[in-house]
Amino acid sequence: MTTGSVTGKLFVDPVKEMGRAVLFLFTALSRMRFGKTQFLETMRQVYFMGVRSLVIIMISGFFVGLVLTLQLYDTLSRFGATEALGTALALSLFRELGPVLTVILFAGRAGTSVTAEIGLMKATEQLDALDLMAIDPMERIVQPRLLAGILAVPALVLVFNVMALLGGVVFSVFMMGIDGPSFWGNIQATVALGRDFMGGMFKAAVFGFLASWLAVYFGWSSKPTGEGVALATTQTVITTAIAVLLTDFILSAFML
Amino acid sequence: MKSSHQIEFTAGLFLLLGIACLIFLAVQATDGGSEIRGGSYELVASFGNVGGLRPRAKVSMAGVTVGQVERIELDPQTLDARVTMKISERYDDIPDDTSAAILTSGILGDQYVGLEPGGSPEPMRDGDQFLITQSAVVLEQLIGRFMMGGGGDEE
Repeated sequence: MTTGSVTGKLFVDPVKEMGRAVLFLFTALSRMRFGKTQFLETMRQVYFMGVRSLVIIMISGFFVGLVLTLQLYDTLSRFGATEALGTALALSLFRELGPVLTVILFAGRAGTSVTAEIGLMKATEQLDALDLMAIDPMERIVQPRLLAGILAVPALVLVFNVMALLGGVVFSVFMMGIDGPSFWGNIQATVALGRDFMGGMFKAAVFGFLASWLAVYFGWSSKPTGEGVALATTQTVITTAIAVLLTDFILSAFML
Repeated sequence: MKSSHQIEFTAGLFLLLGIACLIFLAVQATDGGSEIRGGSYELVASFGNVGGLRPRAKVSMAGVTVGQVERIELDPQTLDARVTMKISERYDDIPDDTSAAILTSGILGDQYVGLEPGGSPEPMRDGDQFLITQSAVVLEQLIGRFMMGGGGDEE
């Protein structure tokens, strides 16, 4: 089948792209090596991908908590069920909103910069230079970023959840005068540690892996031109968002 | 540009922050696994209908949680629901003529097993079965009886 035709563009190209991404991942994982350099490089990437995303995650988390509590309060008060406010907030945060929103923000903040960085390395032939120096770019460039994503995203999700709960407490307890201990007591009584909280953290790790994998892959496979890098960063954001939402549905369906 | 030591240190701090948030949320914002701490023993009750009772539901006596539902299965012989409950070892002197009922907390609340103590001096032991049980109230049946003339006493 020719890939120039309409069917090719619609159906064959995405499948080819997926196949290439999976092959790329297998290559990266099969050459996985652990050592001091690898560890230090991973920590550097945790800094660039995680610490640098901290501010946007904290601010968004706080406001998501505020607005979610506002909306839930309005809805629940119509049924006279405002005592369920804390539970509804914590469950929607831990199970869905925390992981999904964090990783989409992460893709926009860190994923794009990883893609652009690797794309630019490719365009300026730095990857070839590493290869010539007998340094495997898979090992030096790709693997630390993959590992860093898996480490950084769950940590960011946790920070997001804490900030959003803080926003929820600020709105409901300080602004709406809901009884603080009962708000928090309801959360403690109803949120299950394994199913709700750890399930959400499992999602966070999977999403972190997806986001960093796609970011690295699109950088690696970008055309070595300015235009190619620009296209690759766009693809990173779009594909990560779609992949995460799709995976989220599948994971939720299996976990519930 | 920060030195690489500073970067690594900040990254480590960031991961520690993540772990701190994990511990805080896991301990303070969840039920902490709601496993019964310390030892426990199992009691069994047969119900004609468990309604919406689910594993991990509370077992309470006089409003105090004394254990949780471990599993619910269908008895192949009697076709009743066999509910196995884990009761904390602290409460080891539940009289053996205690009755178990499936109750609902609030109108839309969770279903739980409520124990009503009897007066027997003998306590229940691991694996014992409740003699008197009361099934869950199924709202549809209740409404049905009401509509058919208020009498639930046919048969």
